[in-house]
Amino acid sequence: MQSVLHAIVEPGFFSSQEVQLAALLGGLVAIVAAGVGVFTVMRGQSFAGEALGDIGAAGGSSAYLVGISPLWGFAVISVAAAGAMELIGIQRARGRDLATGIVLGAGFGLTALFLYLGSDYNNTSGATVSILFGSAFALSPSDLPLVLGLGALTVATVVTLYRPLLLVSVSPELAAARGVPVRLVGFGYLFAMAVAVALSAVTIGAILSTALLVGPAATALRLTRRPHRAMLVAAGTGLGCTWLGLLLAYDSYYWPPHGHNWPVSFFVVALVLVVYLTSGWSRIGRQARHR
Amino acid sequence: MFSGFMVNAWIVATLVAIVGGAIGFFIVMRGSAFVAHAIPNGSFAGAAGASLVGASTLLGLGVFAVGGALGIGLLGRRGRHDVATALALVFMLGLGALFLSFSVEYGPAVFSLLFGEVLGISDNELWPTIGLSVLCLLVLAMLWRPLLLASVLPDSAQGVDPFKLELAFLLLVALATTMTVPVVGTALIFSLMIGPPAAARAFTVRPGVALGLSVLIAVATVWAAIALSYSTDWPVGTFVAAISTGAYAAGRLWTFALRKRR
Repeated sequence: MQSVLHAIVEPGFFSSQEVQLAALLGGLVAIVAAGVGVFTVMRGQSFAGEALGDIGAAGGSSAYLVGISPLWGFAVISVAAAGAMELIGIQRARGRDLATGIVLGAGFGLTALFLYLGSDYNNTSGATVSILFGSAFALSPSDLPLVLGLGALTVATVVTLYRPLLLVSVSPELAAARGVPVRLVGFGYLFAMAVAVALSAVTIGAILSTALLVGPAATALRLTRRPHRAMLVAAGTGLGCTWLGLLLAYDSYYWPPHGHNWPVSFFVVALVLVVYLTSGWSRIGRQARHR
Repeated sequence: MFSGFMVNAWIVATLVAIVGGAIGFFIVMRGSAFVAHAIPNGSFAGAAGASLVGASTLLGLGVFAVGGALGIGLLGRRGRHDVATALALVFMLGLGALFLSFSVEYGPAVFSLLFGEVLGISDNELWPTIGLSVLCLLVLAMLWRPLLLASVLPDSAQGVDPFKLELAFLLLVALATTMTVPVVGTALIFSLMIGPPAAARAFTVRPGVALGLSVLIAVATVWAAIALSYSTDWPVGTFVAAISTGAYAAGRLWTFALRKRR
């Protein structure tokens, strides 16, 4: 029994402080991001989420430049980018894609500049890789209050906006007719998404943060049509993927090539994709039975 | 600025700008900026994988770009298109993170793949780039009519299977990616595919003229960016992004001014 358990969970997994911290912070972030993501998927704003994460990398790299916690950089720049997208016109379905693209392009330019300025040119590796790909095991205990605060802010925003946001997402015309401030609600949500992406960026890296935002939410929306239930399912899926990813990454030290940990981000992303694909099959199966 | 190794940079960058500006026109028309972001960015993992097993970068990029295009096309057939794109992208990037963690000396190369290193193009890289860009333009010319029709009026394109057309377009983006990423980086090609065509569309409504204008703006952007990068030593991608964003802003101002006058 003991040996079977050891084969699944390598010794030291539960007692290691880094793992505990990563599981705590990563779990919180996964729940927040996945819950917020349900609306991202419903509103078809995956690209905006992805772009916010990438642009956040500019913030992460500038934070290295001035020497503050990368999380601050991510959060500030993401929120600023959300504002820019709103100004250019993300609220119209037609120009949305373009508005996002323009802001993303500009963000990339800034990231390149900050990474270049922030480090010796030939030695960008450390900063480049850790900002873009992140690592849950590299979080420090001092990040905890900030993660908690920003997470609470995001959840509070979405909860406050819940009913009008739902109406705006499902039928903007009806919402406008009923006097809901469509644009304001849209921007409020974009703000919440920006913070959620920033949180997720520190855990699994800027360019992978979309995985936690979109993947569990898309899975949940395939399994259930009720928004609040979808949020619960998404949060559970995100949490499961993150924890299992941490466990696998910890175990992978004993996998080939020996003595090297596979990155957590890879496992989280792979698990998210697998869950999404599986949920597709389950739906096809259900449709087949109904016929 | 025009001596020796810089000649290659000018030639390749001009080709990249022509192809990027031309394909970008359709990307903006079809509203597929996300795909234009996802395929180049994701295929970067292929370059990381290729360097790990010792294969050529071009091959790795090609395999991942085509794989990503097929994945987006097939996954997007059932389910939401943007979700499919996002998941295909993050999965490829996840693989990239895995490959990077195995190789030790990849840092500077990551930076150059993502943000461009246009000044260091060797003669070996020149010919594949020329060949692939000619191929891209040929395919684009062949798809011109159906693609234009399907992009303007998605519902009325008769006799063309929309799924096949979408797949063909995705593969075209993959081809352009394979050609451009090793020389200019993923961020730069994205800016080129979005900014100049978006600006061109603000100045004219006629598709042929808009395409030409888009290519012109893209070429001008790249030339200015190389010159600035050469004299300041800052990354090329920064200047390309700044100039193409500026071009878009100019286009928006132009339409705004036109509307005011009426």
